[in-house]
Amino acid sequence: MKALSVQNIDMVYDLPKGGSVHALSNIEFDLEGGRLLTLLGPSGCGKTTLLNIIAGFLGPTSGEVYLGEEKITGPSEDRGMVFQQGALFEWLNVSKNISFGPRMKGARKSDYLPEVDRLLDIVGLSGFGDKQIYELSGGMQQRVALARCLANDPDMMLMDEPLGALDALTREKMQSLILHLWNDTGKSIVMVTHSVEEALLLGDKVFVMAPRPGRIEKIYELPFAHRALTEDPREIKKGADFQEVKEEILSFIWEMEEEIMGRDEA
Amino acid sequence: MARRSDNKTVTFGDAAAVTSRPLWGLLGVITLFGAWFLTTTAFGFPEELKEKYAAVAEENAITAAEARGEPVDFDGLSDKDLFVECQRDSANCDNETSYSQLVSPLSFPSIPDTIGAAGEIFTEGYQNFSIWEHTWASLWRVLRGMFWGSFVGIPVGLAMGLSSRARGFFDPLVEGFRPIPPLALLSLFVLTFGIGDKAAVPLLIFASLWIMIIAARAGVRNASLPKVRASYSLGASKGQLLRKVLIPNALPEIFTGLRVALGVSWGTLVAAELTGVQDGLGAMISQAKNFSRLDVIVVGIVIIALIGVMMDGLIRLLEKILIPWQGKG
Ligand SMILES: Nc1ncnc2c1ncn2[C@@H]1O[C@H](COP(=O)(O)OP(=O)(O)OP(=O)(O)O)[C@@H](O)[C@H]1O
Ligand SMILES: [Mg+2]
Repeated sequence: MKALSVQNIDMVYDLPKGGSVHALSNIEFDLEGGRLLTLLGPSGCGKTTLLNIIAGFLGPTSGEVYLGEEKITGPSEDRGMVFQQGALFEWLNVSKNISFGPRMKGARKSDYLPEVDRLLDIVGLSGFGDKQIYELSGGMQQRVALARCLANDPDMMLMDEPLGALDALTREKMQSLILHLWNDTGKSIVMVTHSVEEALLLGDKVFVMAPRPGRIEKIYELPFAHRALTEDPREIKKGADFQEVKEEILSFIWEMEEEIMGRDEA
Repeated sequence: MARRSDNKTVTFGDAAAVTSRPLWGLLGVITLFGAWFLTTTAFGFPEELKEKYAAVAEENAITAAEARGEPVDFDGLSDKDLFVECQRDSANCDNETSYSQLVSPLSFPSIPDTIGAAGEIFTEGYQNFSIWEHTWASLWRVLRGMFWGSFVGIPVGLAMGLSSRARGFFDPLVEGFRPIPPLALLSLFVLTFGIGDKAAVPLLIFASLWIMIIAARAGVRNASLPKVRASYSLGASKGQLLRKVLIPNALPEIFTGLRVALGVSWGTLVAAELTGVQDGLGAMISQAKNFSRLDVIVVGIVIIALIGVMMDGLIRLLEKILIPWQGKG
């Protein structure tokens, strides 16, 4: 899998009524192929903005992003996207949603149908191909979104709070699904989340970001994602090492939030 | 009344607790007909006066029918015929008969008269056209208007939703033309396009065009950003995005537009058929007006209402079949 190289990104949003927001400042990092990076940080610190720049939906004000040798200038099939919700096509059934990417490239039914069945199996939705999107629960819909993304065989999967709208139990199941997908396919994943636990459990690399201007404040390389492939995630979360990092990040984010509130009131 | 199964205790003001009760609907309809019956029909033309006027009234009615070129086989006198004769005979007629009917047969037809007219229209037609020809003529006009209104309006609306230039170009036109009631253009269209269908169809196109433009525009603008972005990330080209995502995504809005346009077109129909067309329900009504055939007018109105309801139901059925995802999830 190709490496991601983010080079000195700055992002300034001009506001329609004048003024501007410095959403990202001097973001610079390299990510080897096949890593699972999670982005954490208080609301408004620029996580979505960074993800959208990597996806190619937004051009940075300055700086460049490369995937492998190629400079990112717009969205492309080598970077698949999973949104929190509302990105599935309601007028297509599950199987047509999943095969959307291949069909856009002119794939024939005989080519993509076996692939769709394989992906349905992987995400645990065997036999659901003919169902309509509105017949599925939120968790099932996110499984379809994952499968649709995988159908295009991207180098990198980008996810913006993909599990944010799910209940706790479904969320745990989906976390382990994502982990195993990651391990089995070897794809790079960049995932934004609001949950510190989720970021620590899934990320073999974690960025904690800080706002105004948005920047990467802390970087962690963590063993939990690899361990969670074989061990019980709940036991891992109970472990002292996990708790220690969690507390550290929580209090760090808490401080940042306090500072923001203080500034807002002043 | 059956108890609601969810046992809500707070229902007054809870929109979900208010549903349409068919039984009360029936009561509404009965009330309407009851009022019609009481004011025009309840006591009929006074029996003791009937004999006095019957012979002359019948003669007059036959002469009048001949003058109009209507069939002469005369099967009964309407309250109106009797009343007309009574008025001619005696200046006191209003007083003599007013105890029997609140509304004179000259200002609103009684129920038996209307049923009689319906029978006449359905068996013999009216003014050289059968009722089916009248109805089909009107339907066909409205369908043509809707077709061209959609054929032009939907692409324009899509373009307005997709391009700032198209939006800028069409915005003042749409905003300027939309508020003009089609009826206001009637005379102009007749002089510009000519009488009959040459003016009627453009008038109906005008009635649906702006609605369809706005509906299609709203449909495209409704597309959620995640859907659009996901499509590009999945490798869709702009053309594929338009065909496979934006247009299907706009379908619910377009169907809502179709329903509104159909309602407005159908409502404009009578005006559109004042352009000098010979057939059609609107034309039937305006000709009936010339001969003071109140009963025919009411029958025409009822047919227009029934067909309007049926077409709305048909589109709703189509919506259910074609866009089953609407309003779910
Ligand atoms: N289109 C936009 N125009 C102007 N400002 C924007 C725009 N999008 C984001 N911003 C601003 O940029 C900053 C970063 O926003 P971003 O959405 O990237 O934050 P986030 O970390 O994803 O927040 P959250 O956790 O709430 O999703 C915020 O201050 C936001 O107000
Ligand atoms: Mg965000």
